[in-house]
Amino acid sequence: MTALLDVRDLRVTYQGRGLRRRSYEVLHGISLAIGRGETLGVVGESGSGKSTIGRAVLGLVKPRGGTIHFDGRDVTHADAATRRALAKDLQVIFQDPYSSLSPSLTVGDILSEPLIVQGASRHDARRRVQELLDQVGLPRDAADRIPREFSGGQRQRVAIARALAPEPRLIVCDEPVSALDLSTQARVLELLIDIQRRTGVSYLFVSHDLAVVRHISHRVSVVYRGDIVETGAAEVVTRAPEHPYTQQLLLAAPVADPVTQQKRRAERKLFRAQHG
Amino acid sequence: MSNDTATEQSALPAAKGRTPLWKKLLKDPQSSIAGGVIFIIVLLGVLAPWITGHGPNTVRLESINSPFNSPGYPLGTDQYGRDIWSRLLHSINTSSITAVISTTIAIGIGSVFGLVGGYFDRLRGITEWVFALIMTFPGMLVLILLLPITGGDFRITMAIFGVMLSPGIYRIVRNQVVGVKSELYIDAARVSGVSTIRILVRHVFSAVRGPVIIAAAFMAGSAISIQAGLAFLGVGSKETPSFGAMINDGFRNLYIDPLQYIWPSLLLGIINAALVLFGNALRDAMQGAQPKPAKIGQKVDAKAGAAGQNKISTVGKPSGNEGVPFLEVTDLVIAYPRPDGSLNDVVHGVNLRIEAAETLGLVGESGSGKTQTAFAILGVLPPEAVVRSGSIRVGGRELIGMTETDLRRIRGKQIAYIPQEPMSNLDPVYTVGAQLVEGIRAATGVSARAAKERALSLLARVGIPEPIRTFGAYPHQISGGMAQRVLIAGAVASNPKLLIADEPTTALDVTVQAEILDLLRDLQEELGMAVLLVTHNFGVVADICSRISVMHGGQIVETGDVFDVFREPQHEYTQKLLNAILDETSHRKDPPVETLELAGGAKR
Repeated sequence: MTALLDVRDLRVTYQGRGLRRRSYEVLHGISLAIGRGETLGVVGESGSGKSTIGRAVLGLVKPRGGTIHFDGRDVTHADAATRRALAKDLQVIFQDPYSSLSPSLTVGDILSEPLIVQGASRHDARRRVQELLDQVGLPRDAADRIPREFSGGQRQRVAIARALAPEPRLIVCDEPVSALDLSTQARVLELLIDIQRRTGVSYLFVSHDLAVVRHISHRVSVVYRGDIVETGAAEVVTRAPEHPYTQQLLLAAPVADPVTQQKRRAERKLFRAQHG
Repeated sequence: MSNDTATEQSALPAAKGRTPLWKKLLKDPQSSIAGGVIFIIVLLGVLAPWITGHGPNTVRLESINSPFNSPGYPLGTDQYGRDIWSRLLHSINTSSITAVISTTIAIGIGSVFGLVGGYFDRLRGITEWVFALIMTFPGMLVLILLLPITGGDFRITMAIFGVMLSPGIYRIVRNQVVGVKSELYIDAARVSGVSTIRILVRHVFSAVRGPVIIAAAFMAGSAISIQAGLAFLGVGSKETPSFGAMINDGFRNLYIDPLQYIWPSLLLGIINAALVLFGNALRDAMQGAQPKPAKIGQKVDAKAGAAGQNKISTVGKPSGNEGVPFLEVTDLVIAYPRPDGSLNDVVHGVNLRIEAAETLGLVGESGSGKTQTAFAILGVLPPEAVVRSGSIRVGGRELIGMTETDLRRIRGKQIAYIPQEPMSNLDPVYTVGAQLVEGIRAATGVSARAAKERALSLLARVGIPEPIRTFGAYPHQISGGMAQRVLIAGAVASNPKLLIADEPTTALDVTVQAEILDLLRDLQEELGMAVLLVTHNFGVVADICSRISVMHGGQIVETGDVFDVFREPQHEYTQKLLNAILDETSHRKDPPVETLELAGGAKR
């Protein structure tokens, strides 16, 4: 059985701006695979290229090298028509619940659009919107409102509902809970896990937060400066990592407990002394 | 989960938010009056054939220059014996048609090419060039020169004028589109398989239509003026009743009957004024009016102030055995005006104490009022904020009601501040060093050379590897972590007694965050300063704070020693927050669906 998403040696370069154009490579040939119903967490710091992986899979940036296979099909350089067909299987949830929803459309319009462009009738789309709102725990009358009337957590639920609309098989989650408050964060993660259990959707879950990734991922890849330095079972990578960078990342994350945090700080000092 | 869902559902505001645009316009006196005037005038024009006794061009030589209120001629007649009332009403129609033709064409051409030029980077060069060219045409002159082509028909002339107005709309749409294009919801639509045309029409244009509608109101006025101007000059058919032609006739007859000149001028003026006022009201309704600033520290409501004072005397006083704390906030109430003018409290009665040389973590979720409290202590609340009651004492001195000059003296020297976004708090135009020196000199009053030395030693102290190079660098040349170190250096330059840090590490990576926290801890011990750390991150609190205050809904719900609060949180809300933390033990345990299927176990 092949993996649902198979990325091999992916390279992405960004074109510089201005007169003296210099392009720089943000991904130096990374490989990863995601199975059906699996969550692969991708952890890294800002500028590591972790979000670019997701954008390349979605076709929002063009890879310069390597291949991306989705369900056995090569979609590395898919044209617009193929991409549109692929939209049924491949969806996205962005970090910022404020700028990821069209401000002037109602929630009902936002949710039914992916269905209508895939050829659903207006009547079916409206029925599906109600199902989706139930699924993400929003009231049914939310369909007639515009995003501005919702809190950050509720907006992120709308974004999740939009991603779920065409019953995709893979959702790229780009820091979906980073902009949310602590208690909302936990609830949205629970919702994502719950949906995965019910529908068998796979997640490519990009985040800078080890705790969040640990909570939702089956396996975790650690990105550092455009390379994946470590991949493995979530529990192992986020608790007893092998690569020094992951170790550093783990020791730097403060624990919400003063006693444990004191110990961790001491460990980090020791680690720094050992690794210079 | 179901329980959570229920709370989330009930949390949805019942009828808050959207008032339909027309309701807003009706409620606003400016737009309702201006709109009403326009409506009545247009209606008079439409009804002209039924409410006038004579055709606009019917010449009656026997009644030349009839005075005001003559029988059959309510406004009299002009020098050819034409009914002024009838000509006025028919001129309204000419103006209405003018406005509709010009604005429709301007909006049509401007929007389409604005969308295309804004969205497709490659085509922008061409559209930019073409519209710049149109803009260079001298409007009135071209319209007069084209007279042989238009044949004097004002409709064709105004259609051409619409083309000449289109660059204005093009620029508005193009600028908006360039801004909207990089929004995530456009990406989301692309991922959803939405075609480019549909994205342009549904997502992009719906976001930019507001400014276009507003501009249209102003363009309608300008088109009417131009048409009147051309008619005044005598360009175009004499058969078309028009304000311009009427003004011209009246002008030539000024000494015989000045009223003939007044009527068309007055109506043209009213139409233009109404359109401009309506356009302004439309802008306010669609984009939100500017809030009116109120004075900081001013106790606007005498009653509320008195009530606050009472409360201070009953609850506010700390128990005497702890001595005088360095910072003491008592019963602080901060309010913001609602759109209807009443005040909405966002911080209700906060009590806070910080002893010298201790670190207090002020924790809460977004909207809890933690940043408002910190800003109030710094005296930098936004202008519309009102401190309704309470007191803020620093080293025994009351800050509320203090003049800006005195406040500034305290701010630089005794209280320092580190912001959340290091980058946006450095001026991109000046070098890091220049900004540091300026701050040091303002706070300590030393010479420029001494300030530079101090800045360099501070940069070295906050762990910047090459102080001299960073001193001469511009903010965009250093990383976010470095920028935060620079700001910390500036903050501690005057050896402050209290450092207020508002989410100082939220914008930074975890590895950088750990280093910045280490630095803050070291500096705090070294300088013996108190730190008020505003944050949402319990990990940061556990790392650096000795005491913690938990804020919720504008109030402090729990204060205590960090070890005690984390071990045994007393308040329900603190417990809820601590439970929501994804700790080290909560990792994903259920296997992926795929392996379940292979094992032949679970259902999908």
